[in-house]
Amino acid sequence: MAEHVLNAEGLNCPLPIIKAKKALKSVPQGEILEVRSTDPGSVADFAAFCNQTGNELVSSTTEGNVYTFQIKHN
Amino acid sequence: MLDEAKSGDMSNAKSMSIIVTKGTLDWAYPPFILATAAAAMDIDVTMFFTFYGLPLLNKNLDLKVSTLGNPAMKMPMMGMHMAMPNLAPMIPGVDRMTTTMMKNLIKKKGVASIEDLREAAIELDVKMIGCQMTMDLFEFNKEDMIDGIDIGGAATYLENAVNCDINLYI
Repeated sequence: MAEHVLNAEGLNCPLPIIKAKKALKSVPQGEILEVRSTDPGSVADFAAFCNQTGNELVSSTTEGNVYTFQIKHN
Repeated sequence: MLDEAKSGDMSNAKSMSIIVTKGTLDWAYPPFILATAAAAMDIDVTMFFTFYGLPLLNKNLDLKVSTLGNPAMKMPMMGMHMAMPNLAPMIPGVDRMTTTMMKNLIKKKGVASIEDLREAAIELDVKMIGCQMTMDLFEFNKEDMIDGIDIGGAATYLENAVNCDINLYI
């Protein structure tokens, strides 16, 4: 169970990304933020977000309609 | 070599500018979505609001959608899609109905309101410039607009855009 969790379920583009950016501010470097989303577009978007911002996408998993991302704050 | 010299500033931050020319509810989305997403991705963003896009800087937003000029517009309805003929807004009440339908869809699908996106843009330090000429032309006052914006003209925009990695006109 991750220590820092952001529930972005029910939100559509670009809100999961914006909220993740905000949430990362309070996550110490090296620690992991877990984001849960129901927006299918967020799978590609979180990969792009991490690629651009230099944070590490540790995992990206799908369970039913819920997408979970583990983002390491770099 | 030249590229290295050009990017010799401390960061390798990317930048984007958007010229915002349309102020209906539907057309307000692309610039604000792109601006907030880009700012969240550490891209420096400048939005230049001109012509019908300028009222998007007003404190009070009362945005409407019109089917006019959107010939491909289709609204989901009972599992189908209903075309919105270009002549429909001639009929009184049709634009109001389309606006209500759009606002209901926005809420139902978890899409942010333009007010929320604009607020997020401000929090993410998106720079917003209102067009002076448009203010003069359509008699808009800075007092009616949100705080923290700049007012400028074409040269102000261009000075910024010439250094941007992405320049969009919406």
